[in-house]
Amino acid sequence: MADIRLEGVGHSYDGGTTWALKPMTWTWRTSRAYALLGPSGCGKTTLLNIISGLITPTAGRIFFDDRDVTDVPTAGRNIAQVFQFPVLYEEMSVYDNLAFPLRNRKYPKAEIDQRVRQVSRLLGLDHLLRRRSRRLDPGRQQIVSLGRGLVRSQVAAVLLDEPLTVVDPALKWTLRSKLKEIHRDTGHTLIYVTHDQTEALTFADEVVVLNEGAIVQAGEPAELFLSPSHEFVGHFIGSPGMNMVPAEIVGDVVRVGQADVGSVADGLPPGPVRIGVRPEFVSFTRASPGVAARVTGVDRMGAYDLVHTQVGEHPVIARTTAGSGYRPDAEAFLHFPPDRTFLFRDQVRCGFLAPLDGRSAT
Amino acid sequence: MTAGSQVSGEVVTTAPAEPQETRADLKRKDNRAWWLVLPVVVSVAFTAIIPLMTVVNFSVQDVFSPSDRVFVGLDWFYEAVRRPENREAFVRTLLFSAQVLLVEIPLGVAIAVAMPRRGFWVSAALVLVALPLLIPWNVVGTIWQIFARADIGLGGWTINNVLGIGFNYTLDSTDAWITILVMDVWHWTPLVALLAYAGLRSIPEPYFQAAQIDGASGWATFRHIQLPRLRGVLTIAILLRFMDSFMIYTEPFVVTGGGPGNATSFLSILLSKMAVGQFDVGPAGAFSLIYFLIVQVLCYVFFTVLTRSGR
Repeated sequence: MADIRLEGVGHSYDGGTTWALKPMTWTWRTSRAYALLGPSGCGKTTLLNIISGLITPTAGRIFFDDRDVTDVPTAGRNIAQVFQFPVLYEEMSVYDNLAFPLRNRKYPKAEIDQRVRQVSRLLGLDHLLRRRSRRLDPGRQQIVSLGRGLVRSQVAAVLLDEPLTVVDPALKWTLRSKLKEIHRDTGHTLIYVTHDQTEALTFADEVVVLNEGAIVQAGEPAELFLSPSHEFVGHFIGSPGMNMVPAEIVGDVVRVGQADVGSVADGLPPGPVRIGVRPEFVSFTRASPGVAARVTGVDRMGAYDLVHTQVGEHPVIARTTAGSGYRPDAEAFLHFPPDRTFLFRDQVRCGFLAPLDGRSAT
Repeated sequence: MTAGSQVSGEVVTTAPAEPQETRADLKRKDNRAWWLVLPVVVSVAFTAIIPLMTVVNFSVQDVFSPSDRVFVGLDWFYEAVRRPENREAFVRTLLFSAQVLLVEIPLGVAIAVAMPRRGFWVSAALVLVALPLLIPWNVVGTIWQIFARADIGLGGWTINNVLGIGFNYTLDSTDAWITILVMDVWHWTPLVALLAYAGLRSIPEPYFQAAQIDGASGWATFRHIQLPRLRGVLTIAILLRFMDSFMIYTEPFVVTGGGPGNATSFLSILLSKMAVGQFDVGPAGAFSLIYFLIVQVLCYVFFTVLTRSGR
């Protein structure tokens, strides 16, 4: 087990014209469970393959603790990786599949048997050990692949590339909690790639959000939710994502249209800005003051309602208690709570909304 | 992300109105479709079934001339099975096919594994490997007939004068056998290699990546990833090469004419001597029906064994 340090690591598939992964410096600390979250094609798999050595990065160096492994081939890195779709040695039994990585590394027979049985018990494969792996259904095959990734006790990290895509939803929850359990027991460094925010937020100690080949934010699940530092994180995490409304800083007051919504604490220069606030934190009243909005629709979600409104041209969604009773075309006045509302310029957070305290732009 | 956007609208439930069809209507339509099959039936009958029946007809008669023939029952079949010459040729042909398969299948797979997977050299390697397949059978025979000659052939001359080994396929049975075998390997291993190459190319990249992650050696990767996934194409390759080699005719006919002695008289050469050379259409008919049956049975056995073992 080791810290995995990337120094200026970037990768280009077309000789440097476009970066699939922009050069980045980042450390995966040992024994933590990471989720690597991002939309399809953002470079998640590329990053994973660079760590495991399946791809040699175009730029940068990779260190496991202080050992430079940039030119070390996959087999020499002691990394386990599980792929999105089941990859099995089809003519082998489930047992032999699980034992394969250990046999290749010449583990003693007794230890192989003990490890295989341990993993199979954890993943509920005990009754299938003698079956030929190709005869299993895809979900079970993927669990065997997962087992092959977990069978080695001494690995620098276990990389999981959307490993539960083909597993059916009911089993998904069980397996995810199994993985957490295994992580707690073994203390492996886990890097779990997913584009599913629920999966990322429930699984990880730390979530790393990747977009267009760059890390836009990393932090604990709550931090990403409550305090996104980039518009993308605001959109991508949360369901529905963060509301973004254009506003303007006039003096030290932030205005949306004609309404003053708060003041600026950080001495930001005046000019256009975008304010971001999660639907969970938008509150509204039926009468002034507040930002005037028109209700366009209500989604009843069971436990809560999502009220869709429009501020000028811009949609704003607010989450309210169930049975809020808002009707389309009703008028409403929105309030953005100061400590939960952030200001963004060029997609990056530049400050937060402070209370108005009697100030006004005029 | 818009959660729970509601879709409302009418569900269209009106089924297209169609008149009820009676059984008679359906029956008439079915029968008309048979006309579409007719051309195939006619052409297959004309090119395969009727000629085969002619052979069956010959095989139970002793034909002296078109007007003078005697029904002999299964006599020709008994004779074909009993004749020592036929039995020897059968063993010879079986031995030849076995050797062909034992050499060409592993060699073809080895070539396929060694061929580049991407880049410019892919096309170069493909063209180079496919070249022997583009040459007509009798030309292949002629090429090797000359190439292996001790006096003017490059191959034969080199073996005799550079390596100092006495080699003459017109006099020595073993030399003749080796010449035919090497020629077949040269001509047909590329087919196996191309089939295997296609099979290898269809293996998704993650399988090789997983093998690297699992620390598999090159041999283990071949044994546990590539070979199992070649089963399908190798089944086809084995069947094709078995049938072709078991019925080999043109090349040995051109190179050795079945000699020296009977050393390279395979079943097909014997058969054509009987049918075309001596015009013994009765025995030849019985012989070829048995020949046909053997090929069918052996192919069935190969196919069954290969597909069963995969399950």
